[in-house]
Amino acid sequence: MKIVLCIKQVPDTADIKWTENNTIQREGVESVINPFDMYAIETAVRLKEKLNDAHVTVVSMGPPQAEEILKKAVSMGVDEGFLVSDRKFAGADTVATSRTLAAAIKEKVGDADLVICGQFATDGDTAQTGPSIAQQLNFAQVTYVKEITDYKDGVLTVKKEVEDGVETIDVKLPAVLCMLKCDYEPRRPLIQGFVKAHDAKIQSYGMDDIKLSPEEVGMKGSPTYVSKAFRPEQKQGGEVITPKNPQEAAKMLKDFINR
Amino acid sequence: MDNENKGILIYAEITRDGELASVVLELANTAQDLAQKLGGVEVNALVISSEFTQHSIFQNNGFDKVYVVKDEKLKYYNTEYYSKITIDVINETKPQIVLIGATTQGRDLAPRVSSTLNTGLTADCTHLDINEKGMLAATRPTFGGNLMATILCKNMPQMATVRPKVLKKAENPIVKNTEFIEMKPQINGIDPKTEIIEFIKNIQTTGKRIDEAEVIIAGGKGLKSPEGFKLLEELANALGGAVGASRAAVDAGWVDHSIQIGQTGKTVMPKLYIACAISGAVQHTVGMNSSDKIIAINKDPKAPIFQVADLGIVGDVFEIVPELIKQLKG
Ligand SMILES: Cc1cc2nc3c(=O)[nH]c(=O)nc-3n(C[C@H](O)[C@H](O)[C@H](O)COP(=O)(O)OP(=O)(O)OC[C@H]3O[C@@H](n4cnc5c(N)ncnc54)[C@H](O)[C@@H]3O)c2cc1C
Ligand SMILES: Nc1ncnc2c1ncn2[C@@H]1O[C@H](COP(=O)(O)O)[C@@H](O)[C@H]1O
Repeated sequence: MKIVLCIKQVPDTADIKWTENNTIQREGVESVINPFDMYAIETAVRLKEKLNDAHVTVVSMGPPQAEEILKKAVSMGVDEGFLVSDRKFAGADTVATSRTLAAAIKEKVGDADLVICGQFATDGDTAQTGPSIAQQLNFAQVTYVKEITDYKDGVLTVKKEVEDGVETIDVKLPAVLCMLKCDYEPRRPLIQGFVKAHDAKIQSYGMDDIKLSPEEVGMKGSPTYVSKAFRPEQKQGGEVITPKNPQEAAKMLKDFINR
Repeated sequence: MDNENKGILIYAEITRDGELASVVLELANTAQDLAQKLGGVEVNALVISSEFTQHSIFQNNGFDKVYVVKDEKLKYYNTEYYSKITIDVINETKPQIVLIGATTQGRDLAPRVSSTLNTGLTADCTHLDINEKGMLAATRPTFGGNLMATILCKNMPQMATVRPKVLKKAENPIVKNTEFIEMKPQINGIDPKTEIIEFIKNIQTTGKRIDEAEVIIAGGKGLKSPEGFKLLEELANALGGAVGASRAAVDAGWVDHSIQIGQTGKTVMPKLYIACAISGAVQHTVGMNSSDKIIAINKDPKAPIFQVADLGIVGDVFEIVPELIKQLKG
């Protein structure tokens, strides 16, 4: 089974700093693998360990330093990784991003059986890239996946979390899965993993390598554009009180609730 | 810009129980405003289902036309069938704006549709407006609510998913002589690749879902055990609310992930949020800091949760909450 993982580098939400002009400061901010993509990696590696003929390739579209997260994924047990990187990709929205990733998958991996994405990225937070990749590749899709429970004869069984419960879904490959947080935690790489990652060659491909034209990528290839970005009004903390006893505390709470 | 496209189309999501999702009426109300600003264009709906009986809701909420696509195969949501139908109806009716609720169903469907039509889709919006050029200006939170962005779309139709519970339903909705138009689904050639083989409904001890509740009582690591959450359930029942949790409580196995609030859980914005023994890490507060009113109860006067709370009480949850339940009942 040929598995492709799509992962994204995002600024650490715990480390968001503001410039004087109320824009998000990007320099000097810690970058991490998008948290949901960590679960995607773990899920892919688990599936690989269960099957005996699976190969996992990880891909990211982003600036050259995104190589770091690809190496991290290799250290966690992914077989190989490549980067899709080009100045012309800048300003891509989800349509242009998914078109670029789908083209990269077709050109550089060939007939993938399974593509695993995270459900959301914590920066853009659109949850649209995965389903759009599925559409571009003409694959089936299952979103909000918590777990892969079975694989038999080209059919994966997965659990999907919806508002009112959990669905068990059979999906015929090829397919795209978008992963939520799982009930298991992403593994820490072992020492062999670090060694493998250190030695791994991460190829980088540009627009021409994946046979796209300037009209199809980046800002030009994006049907949406940001007209304005602003900082929401910051909530001011209210009173912090240390009541004399639980009775007084409860009374204050009751009054506040009923206000 | 393509002037052929006209009017607003709302995807009228039908839930598993056969009911109209509540976000549809929120969209209907806002769509009336947008339609006014566009010089009185039509507000239409698309219903995909195995049966259709809700005519009066659409008449009583100002819809001009409702396109109904009915088929036995359409009883439950399925990406392939539903996206094909939605695309066909958009191509046939050429709306300028398409609005879809940002539910699990809507967020599965919408990108599949927009990507096929090669048009823009703004995700999970919290505000919609029409700008001076007559374009849809869709505003949404990014970076976990740290930044708001207003997004425009170059192509037609302009699409957006809208977060439930943010826009308001109409208090006095317009009544219209709605036209119901049955459309034939063109789905015979489709062989669906996915099939729901089982569904297990969440057990809601308080009978309320956190994404719908107006009051949420959330608990953290400081509750120490599943029994601690029993106490919160009691309070939730007294206030007609639902119980939520921090990730630490979920990871400890005391409660299910479906009620986790925050970056890797759900985003909620109830009228009242009571955080009990939650420290208030950013990954938690991004999921709840848009609530109308926030109360925090924590032993530690320096807990960061107090920075987002309207009322902060320093004290022990195990002493204060039972007393509060007693006073509320008394
Ligand atoms: C990538 C990533 C994603 C994450 N996603 C999420 C997410 O979606 N949601 C989330 O919540 N977290 C998330 N986290 C974890 C988050 O950083 C915190 O670790 C977590 O929110 C802490 O939970 P807590 O407040 O319950 O526990 P703690 O931080 O342990 O805090 C417990 C609090 O309870 C107080 N307390 C203890 N006993 C009592 C008592 N008897 N009475 C009153 N107060 C008491 C203590 O003073 C303390 O403040 C994420 C972290 C990462 C790295
Ligand atoms: N630039 C990118 N490179 C690789 N994968 C991406 C990229 N952007 C988004 N994705 C994938 O799409 C998922 C959802 O992202 P988003 O649609 O931005 O919320 C992420 O969790 C990734 O799996």
